[in-house]
Amino acid sequence: MDTKGDIPGKAPTGSDTGKTDSKAAGMNPYVGLVSSLRSAWLTGKTRAAEHRVSQLEALGRFLDDKKQPILDAMASDMRKPPFEVEISEIILVKNEVNDALNNLSSWMKDEFVEKNLVTQLDTAFIRKEPYGVVLIIGPWNYPLQLILVPLVGAIAAGNCVIIKPSEISSSTEKLLAEMLPSYLDKDCFAVVTGGPAETTQLLENKFDYIFFTGSPQVGKIVMAAAAKHLTPLTLELGGKNPCYVADESDLQNVANRLVWGRCLNAGQTCVAPDYVLCSAETQEKLLPALRHAITQFFGPEPRESPDFARIISDKQFQRIQALLGSGRVAIGGQTDERERYIAPTVLADVQPSDPAMQEEIFGPVLPIVTVPNVDEAIAFINRRERPLAMYVFASDSKLVHRVLERTSSGGFGANDTIMQMTLISLPFGGIGNSGLGSYHSKFSFDTFSHHRACLLRSMGLETVNALRYPPYGERKKGLVLSTFGIKRKGTCTLL
Amino acid sequence: MEPRRQQQEVVARAGAAFRSGRSRPLGFRLRQLRALERLVKEREAEIAAALHADLHKSECNAYSYEILGVLGEIALMVDKLPTWAAPQSVPKNIMTLTDEVYIHHEPLGVVLVIGAWNYPFVLIMQPLIGAIAAGNAVVIKPSEISANTAKLVAELIPQYLDKDLYPVINGGVTETTELLKERFDHIFYTGSSQVGKIVMEAAAKHLTPVTLELGGKSPCYIDKDCNLDIAARRVAWGKYLNCGQTCIAPDYILCDQSIQNKVVETIKKTLKEFHGEDIKKSPDYERIVNKHHFKRLVTLLEGQKIAYGGETDEATCFIAPTILTDVSPESKIMKEEIFGPLLPIVTVKSADEAIEFINQREKPLALYLFSNDKKLIKRMISETSSGGVTANDVIMHYTLLDLPFGGVGNSGMGNYHGRHSFETFSHRRSCLIKSLAMESVNKIRYPPNSQRKLDWAKFFFLKRFNKGRLGLIALALLGAILAAVIKVAYS
Repeated sequence: MDTKGDIPGKAPTGSDTGKTDSKAAGMNPYVGLVSSLRSAWLTGKTRAAEHRVSQLEALGRFLDDKKQPILDAMASDMRKPPFEVEISEIILVKNEVNDALNNLSSWMKDEFVEKNLVTQLDTAFIRKEPYGVVLIIGPWNYPLQLILVPLVGAIAAGNCVIIKPSEISSSTEKLLAEMLPSYLDKDCFAVVTGGPAETTQLLENKFDYIFFTGSPQVGKIVMAAAAKHLTPLTLELGGKNPCYVADESDLQNVANRLVWGRCLNAGQTCVAPDYVLCSAETQEKLLPALRHAITQFFGPEPRESPDFARIISDKQFQRIQALLGSGRVAIGGQTDERERYIAPTVLADVQPSDPAMQEEIFGPVLPIVTVPNVDEAIAFINRRERPLAMYVFASDSKLVHRVLERTSSGGFGANDTIMQMTLISLPFGGIGNSGLGSYHSKFSFDTFSHHRACLLRSMGLETVNALRYPPYGERKKGLVLSTFGIKRKGTCTLL
Repeated sequence: MEPRRQQQEVVARAGAAFRSGRSRPLGFRLRQLRALERLVKEREAEIAAALHADLHKSECNAYSYEILGVLGEIALMVDKLPTWAAPQSVPKNIMTLTDEVYIHHEPLGVVLVIGAWNYPFVLIMQPLIGAIAAGNAVVIKPSEISANTAKLVAELIPQYLDKDLYPVINGGVTETTELLKERFDHIFYTGSSQVGKIVMEAAAKHLTPVTLELGGKSPCYIDKDCNLDIAARRVAWGKYLNCGQTCIAPDYILCDQSIQNKVVETIKKTLKEFHGEDIKKSPDYERIVNKHHFKRLVTLLEGQKIAYGGETDEATCFIAPTILTDVSPESKIMKEEIFGPLLPIVTVKSADEAIEFINQREKPLALYLFSNDKKLIKRMISETSSGGVTANDVIMHYTLLDLPFGGVGNSGMGNYHGRHSFETFSHRRSCLIKSLAMESVNKIRYPPNSQRKLDWAKFFFLKRFNKGRLGLIALALLGAILAAVIKVAYS
């Protein structure tokens, strides 16, 4: 790889800024694009607050203008109900756009910090700076929200951005590639389409930050590619989100919230409750409550409900269908390959060794694994990879906190599912196999910013500095120790 | 037992100790930090002796630049930890008004801290303090190049800290490569960019987050309009500290041709003040850490105009403070981080040329600039990028624990010191605690859906409120009324 292209350099003068380096283009088809974005970055135009504001406002307009095409694209990709498109895709992006516009000037301000004795007359602050050229790779399940919410953060932080939507949600990919660029500054933002081969080639280029949402396996590939250029990154991955249900007298609310979380987007949600852990007695009480909730939501024949989505692809459909042999089908189980329809399904008496417990389900299938008590549930959870989300349904607050204290997960919800992700004052991200880094609102802005420590000293007060200069000798050491020795409170430190 | 298996056992034991939960309670963490403080205070003489053996560091330098920093970090941590570790409330929206919403800081698990040889004590201790404060188990791997300090750390830590939670593993490149095959929950590495890539690649196999404190050539621009005496003194101090083996030392100077000679003369004068006529005899001047680096530095002198210094003595790894003038940007000394007491001066015709020069190169760990012109300082900072900046001095931004210390681009990723250490080694777990009741509010999001439900849902989800004006109580009332209305509408 040509190293000159990797090192940030002043933008070449003249009209050549966007031209491809002909030697390198043969090697990697994206060298020219990345290089032209880098040139745009070096002009400094994305750093200006006005530019960031104009791009964010344009993004807002895109969402308003293109609402119908968005609804159509999502319907085509996975029969996502319009209600879900509005609430779980469009509104979540709009929230972030408005939040960024409302708060941008305060986020961009230098953060002044406490000084020590020696720096009392100086100015010390943290400056939030854009990284440069950012790559955002989106997944197929919430193909608009999961690529545009990070984009909001990257733009707000002043970066140039290449977004790479998932080719699996092909209608949304097409919409973004065809309709988004005309809203944004074409020098600074680009949409790249393609599959794994194209993404691999894209990743060979040097970016200043990479934001990836997808599976842990691909996350490892992205991180390995980033390592070659020492590119910092955020990985939003997945896992099996456990849901412990305590022995409660009334389980209907539990069932409602569980079914809603599991069936949203036909189960293709990274923070959906993946499986239930409860006692055998609770399992028996939960089943009729779940059945009731499903019927309330989708009617006696969910396939006919306009409010229930479909599986994105044949590959995913077959994968989920194969999991239905786990335990026993207590509710649902019907499938239709032509429509890629899988009914809201509950599998009871599932064993830890069953197929449904070996991978993230990502479908409208809810296995129930029985455990004798909450301590066993905690042990069960801790034997597995740390998930993106964890849920507990219990009216006993002590029990809730016991699970919280003794487990680890990206996020945690008590007595509901998914909702912790919609409050943008909370950082959203995983841990361990479910990811690294976090975002939403100010966390996005901070994620896409380099936090630069700045100390502006005066040229005066050189006598104070003299203490740090050699020669030292015993007298100076004594002075240093007595004047600047560490005290526990109200620390006085020279250094 | 073969070393690899021994390492695996040590790491496994640390993991088991972490899973026992004993490193999590605040009281435990504070006790370990106080024990670490006792270690430093009680064994100060041995620490200074090890640093002297490794780098010819004087007792005063060892105290000022290693021990004092560690004690400061511990004091700050012990003071603030109860606040930092407490659940952090966040602003709520209408939908979560009656819920508990907060960020719960949790340990990551088993952290690996790999130290460097140039400040071998503080560069292991400071990350260790943050990792302990955040509740983790920590596998400590000091640099083998500063062998005396590595040995001492391995002896002292188990005497003061929990033996299973904080093991020290020593070894060279082979052992470190093997160690990196293990799965950690965070890796904190201080060292070179090349090895940084290797560490990140190893981490990628396990999706392990990393903090990389790397290096680069930290430029130092000296403007024509500045107090040259003071500037040169401060630069001389920062450059030749630890015999130039400091990651944030000013690596090279950029200045106008017209002031180059004055810069040289002032630094010369300053050095005599610092170290007397025969610097070899000065107890306050360190040595190059080993022959390999000594030889590397000597080759950098080839073909250069030596304005001052240049004396070397291989037997003692001594290299005198050296200044090189009219250095060519293409020369070898301008292609790698010097990490030694050789100060090249590259002449530039203007601040703009300096900015361009800096931006053509990898982003450095630190940027320094000396000028009386506040506007120029502001502009240079805005038009460049670096890990950190100190204007009108060098090094000092490192000493303010409230400033995040870290690199960008080739000089690193992530940061630490003070609260930033605590955050680096913690997971921020988002918590939303709702009640099992109040189901009516939820009904707007359940199917079957309708336009009316959608309108209500949008009302709840879209953040259009200026909460300040409405006031929290009014908002709660509004929430309650709406809940009642929806209950009636959809029950």
